[in-house]
Amino acid sequence: MPAIEIKGLTKEYRTGFWKSRTKLALNSLNLQVESGEVFGLLGPNGAGKTTTLKILFRLVFPTSGAARILGRELNDTAMHQRVGYLPEQPYFYDHLTPEELLNYTGRLFRLSKDGLRHRVNDLLARLQLAESRHVPLRRFSKGMLQRVGIAQALINDPEVVFLDEPMTGLDPIGRHEVRDLVLQLREERKTVFFSTHILSDAETLCDRIAILNKGQLEGCGELHDILSLGVSATEVILESPTEAVLNEVRPLVSSMVRTGDRVRLEIREEANTEQVLAKAFQGKAKVVSLNPVKMSLEDYFLSKVKTNPRDLNNRSS
Amino acid sequence: MTAQAQDREPGGGDQARRGSRAEIPGPEHEMPDHNARLRTLGFGHRALLGSIIVGALLALYPLQRSIDRYAESAPQRREELAFLPSEAKIAHLSGGYAGLLAAIYWTRSVQYYGRHRIARAKEFPLLGTLLDITTSLDPRLIIAYRFGSLFLAGRPPEGAGDPQRAIYLLQRGIVNNPDYWRMWQDLGFIYYWDMKDYPRAARAFQTGSERPGAMPWMRVLAASVAAQGGEFQTSRLLWTEIAHTAGNDQMRRSAELHLAALDAQETLRKLDGLLADYKQKEGHEAHSWQDLVAAGYLRGIPLDPSGEPFTLGPDGKVTLSLLSRIDLNLVQ
Amino acid sequence: MGRVVTIALGAFRESVRERVLYNLIVFAFLMIGAAILMGSISVGVERIILVNLGLAAISVFGLLIAIFIGIGLVSKEIDRRTIYNILSKPVARAQFILGKYAGLLLTLFVNTAIMTAGFYIALAIQERGLETSDLNLLVAIYFIVLELVIVVGIAIFFSCLSSSILSAVFTLCLFVIGNFSSDIRAFGQGSGSPLLEKITAFLYYVLPHFGDFNVIDQVAHGVRIPGFLVAANTLYALLYVAVLLSGAILVFEEREF
Repeated sequence: MPAIEIKGLTKEYRTGFWKSRTKLALNSLNLQVESGEVFGLLGPNGAGKTTTLKILFRLVFPTSGAARILGRELNDTAMHQRVGYLPEQPYFYDHLTPEELLNYTGRLFRLSKDGLRHRVNDLLARLQLAESRHVPLRRFSKGMLQRVGIAQALINDPEVVFLDEPMTGLDPIGRHEVRDLVLQLREERKTVFFSTHILSDAETLCDRIAILNKGQLEGCGELHDILSLGVSATEVILESPTEAVLNEVRPLVSSMVRTGDRVRLEIREEANTEQVLAKAFQGKAKVVSLNPVKMSLEDYFLSKVKTNPRDLNNRSS
Repeated sequence: MTAQAQDREPGGGDQARRGSRAEIPGPEHEMPDHNARLRTLGFGHRALLGSIIVGALLALYPLQRSIDRYAESAPQRREELAFLPSEAKIAHLSGGYAGLLAAIYWTRSVQYYGRHRIARAKEFPLLGTLLDITTSLDPRLIIAYRFGSLFLAGRPPEGAGDPQRAIYLLQRGIVNNPDYWRMWQDLGFIYYWDMKDYPRAARAFQTGSERPGAMPWMRVLAASVAAQGGEFQTSRLLWTEIAHTAGNDQMRRSAELHLAALDAQETLRKLDGLLADYKQKEGHEAHSWQDLVAAGYLRGIPLDPSGEPFTLGPDGKVTLSLLSRIDLNLVQ
Repeated sequence: MGRVVTIALGAFRESVRERVLYNLIVFAFLMIGAAILMGSISVGVERIILVNLGLAAISVFGLLIAIFIGIGLVSKEIDRRTIYNILSKPVARAQFILGKYAGLLLTLFVNTAIMTAGFYIALAIQERGLETSDLNLLVAIYFIVLELVIVVGIAIFFSCLSSSILSAVFTLCLFVIGNFSSDIRAFGQGSGSPLLEKITAFLYYVLPHFGDFNVIDQVAHGVRIPGFLVAANTLYALLYVAVLLSGAILVFEEREF
């Protein structure tokens, strides 16, 4: 059973002075996330990522479509007991301390008193909030608030965790911590669904991603598959090669760049790689590294967002 | 380079757990096409809330009617009470806070009276209006009627010198507080003392004496006034009762002053009589109190109730000493 | 039910931390002032003034709190976006409304109870002791509480509909108009137009009858309020609040954030 199923989800907003114009925030979104996956919903600002999450959490009602979490309807209270959510830019009751907020949230989940106490202590420690557990939230920095947000998303030990832009406002240390946390959640066999516009985060964490642009799903798939979609070249780095070797390989490579005593060769055709290597060995040149040059996620992203291909299975880059 | 055979980075997990799908997932588990619109409240709950709204609103009608009917049958409905029209609006607009405003206006009335009294003013133009507002705001503020009528009835500078208005005030007070017999007493007093209308005074005392809880002397007063209105004894009785039953010091003091003035006046009358006798018997006028003492008409120098001796003037008339603290204006 | 209690206690805690209860200090000064000063500037009305002032203060302070916090109950959470955290949890929207309502009522009950205690202390000091008949004053306070219960309901209803400023205006208007509902009907009856008469009669029955809750000056003069009126007005308040809360829930269910 997939953890999250979204089918044909559409959201139309009425805007304008007389509510006569409509704006399509989501256009027939189809997604499925399996249990235990880390799924990234990518997209530029305004793509509809937050709208999707809000619909899943009944803050916004879709114009049409269907969705299920853990096989249950969205208005199933028992299902929501097993699910956690970090909203975009969390705002909390700032007269509360993190401990009080977590207790309050836990009580909304009807967690038992003892269980709750353990969870609160555990989360405060895990998210480095233990020292400020008695400080009112109004005195927290943005990064600390983000951590509090993650803590309250995990208070009920959910099976599926939804994080809307979890890295916002975090410094590199904070982002590292969140990354570790997500990985930890994956270790615990939890499903993590997060939305972001920071591609590097998705690259390091996700199993699968989807790209959303202007309410439209532009691409979806395993990260690995996507990144290997455009293995465009192979990179060979030689150390102190002789001029003779360089001359021999020049016609086979598409670019040659010297940095100090290292030369980086980029080879387009697969067949040429073998020849280049052979010539390098013959010329006693030292091969320092041999790597495929993968298309980065950014390249893929930009290609999808800029050109808007309709056909998802279109593998042209 | 094929996709499937690669090491799954950053994947690295159980493949059986995760499918490898890059295409749109087909319909599984038969998810209906449009279920995401479901709200928390189903149709049944909404119908329930709707019926609560309609039912409760409908129930308000009979409930309100029964409240209105009950209140109309109650003895002291506001609308039946005697109001002056414009002041009634003030009372109504103040809603539940009318009593507080009444207290404020009463305070203003007292201060107004006090200021004018200290300045020995001849006129108290606003006093009547202030008292009307006060009693319209709170028709049950007894003290406003009682003191107010005193302030209004007394002759300047004691009061506004408008006993008729005082009577109107008390009459309203009686309508609004029919069980409070003391206002009949006050009414009778004003008729007696300020208007010198003895028949009306007697009637007021009589009616008052029939109210529940009225003191017995009300009937005595009624009888006395009827028989001997204006007589010294009657007046003395009246002021004595007031002095005894006064609710506070000011009233008692005022009554005592009036009594003293009455006694002084009576004594003056008696002294005049003695002087007349002396002249008749002795053939000439007395020149000093000694003459009277020597002739046996008096035992000593006559003192007024404030302890000062009466003065026998060269014209043969008796007056109060200049040092006397009696104010005969009280009894003129 | 437990979630409603959680939200209610949370709302109570918030009002305490937002220093709502500081109004009690002002009330205390007022009572002390009235108890000490009034006797010297007026004649014979110390008790009446204290009673009227005390009850009026309990009423006015309670109404101010009810209106100005009531209108923010929902709209403030929406403006500050704190509502996302609550409604995304397994909390029904109806539970949120009921919890917030109960929380403000709790604040008002505590506030009123403390003021009542202070009021009786001031009375005892001024009158040099209390008598059993002084307990009658509690009836006036009970009617004030009924009034507050309805006003909070009105405030939370408007809070679901619109922003804070508009909610304040609507709530105040409804409160003022409700105080004059019988005048509206009288106006219609005296107007000579049957249509106007019907309209104003309808308004009379539909608008909250705050005028009937004004028993302060009666109680101040020791007039006993009959048990029937106490019971009938209690029932009225319950019915009216049921309408308001049901309406609020229905409206709130449709709101998107």
